[in-house]
Amino acid sequence: MAVQNNGVSSSTTSTQPLWLLAEITYRCPLHCAFCYNPTDYDKHTQNELDTKTWIKVLNQARDLGALQLGISGGEPLLRDDIETIVEEAHQLGYYSNLITSGVGLTDKRIDAFKKGGLDHIQLSMHDITEEINNFITNTKTFELKKKVAAMIKDRGYPMVLNVVIHRYNIDHVKEILEMAEALGADYVELANTQYYGWSLINRNQLMPTKEQIDHAELVTNQFRDRVGNKMKVFFVVPDYFAERPKKCMNGWGEVFMIVTANGDVLPCHSARVLPNMVFPNVKDDELKGAWYDSPAFNKFRGDEWMKEPCRTCPEKENDLGGCRCQAFLLTGDAASADPVCTLSPNRHVIEQAVLDAQNPVLQAQPIIFRTDKNSKKINNGEEKDRLGKFHAVP
Amino acid sequence: MATQVNDIYKIAAHHRFQWEKAQDCFVILFPEGMVKLNASSGEILKLVDGLTLVSTIIEIIKKKFPGVPEIEKDILAMFDFALEKAWIQKTN
Repeated sequence: MAVQNNGVSSSTTSTQPLWLLAEITYRCPLHCAFCYNPTDYDKHTQNELDTKTWIKVLNQARDLGALQLGISGGEPLLRDDIETIVEEAHQLGYYSNLITSGVGLTDKRIDAFKKGGLDHIQLSMHDITEEINNFITNTKTFELKKKVAAMIKDRGYPMVLNVVIHRYNIDHVKEILEMAEALGADYVELANTQYYGWSLINRNQLMPTKEQIDHAELVTNQFRDRVGNKMKVFFVVPDYFAERPKKCMNGWGEVFMIVTANGDVLPCHSARVLPNMVFPNVKDDELKGAWYDSPAFNKFRGDEWMKEPCRTCPEKENDLGGCRCQAFLLTGDAASADPVCTLSPNRHVIEQAVLDAQNPVLQAQPIIFRTDKNSKKINNGEEKDRLGKFHAVP
Repeated sequence: MATQVNDIYKIAAHHRFQWEKAQDCFVILFPEGMVKLNASSGEILKLVDGLTLVSTIIEIIKKKFPGVPEIEKDILAMFDFALEKAWIQKTN
């Protein structure tokens, strides 16, 4: 009985939605400038799924093989049925994760989550300074974050911190990691901003320089060497500074499924920016049909849809041509190569974006914070100059 | 450190080991990740309960799969790998 492949199963069965992300509400007490949520989210704050429908979704996804459940938003704690959802998820055998800003997490609620079988809580942190935390989130939440971190630790949860990295905090990575260590974090994700939704329209205000990123990575590696296995640190590389695109979502419709606040079923967080797509909705469609048979989930599966230079590229299996949403947002063609790739004929748009982010005039444009008011404005056709540039007008 | 026959292991904190009908295999779940296990690794980890000695696990597996050459070596190697991946932790 040989232990092949280091004990890890080598079977490559057909696609299965192993990860289910429930974007349970788009309402949020924070107003982060780097939020990836759709800029038109205000459309979906009045038509959220009810508890019964979410339970149906959990059951259907579990039957399809979903294992990892992320309960996200917006801020999921703005709903008062998370306890019920957590309990149901546990009974179904999910490994469940509450992805939260911490706002609204009380002793009573965290105790109920623990009792209900929630497996872990991922807390967003923003900076070591109150000033930057409060500025980038457009809220006064600095002290609260530390208090919530202590509550998570106290209940015996693994502490998973997610820190979105941008121009305003990138030079504090060393101190951020030291703070995480002091809080007893088990996992820290340093997520360099990816430019979708709100972060895309604020790209000139958020993007750091290559030198800053290189320094942050160096500091991260030094920290890893010092702490060893005690804390796992993930450094999500910003793709604009890479030569090849990311294998987005590990492939379209391969392992990941998102159900949004209003019930849309998506293969990735920002798929609704793509034109001429009709996504299934759990109010009308079963998840099984959505996953296997819907035109939307089959649109970019495999490599049949690819154009040159991807189609005949010897590296196409490595990244599957990158991100469809990024390709569309930056080139206007969802089936083109992700322009991050240096082999893409559109690579110049990435290089221009990096230059623009260092242009003092563009830097000085005001940040458009993620607020209901700004989302309403965008839905009313305002801010067209900022959005039109990115093929991102809703 | 290499696994000894008188070690006792349990599934590591914050990790969950379970049978998955849809994937037809055992899996280990943990924050931000999951691993599908092949059949032999699943059979071994199924016996990891924080109470049973590695030597006992070896005996059970031997009885279940009689006549497999070098089975003990393979089981110990699997434990070493699981330990390195922090899927299991030593309790004694």
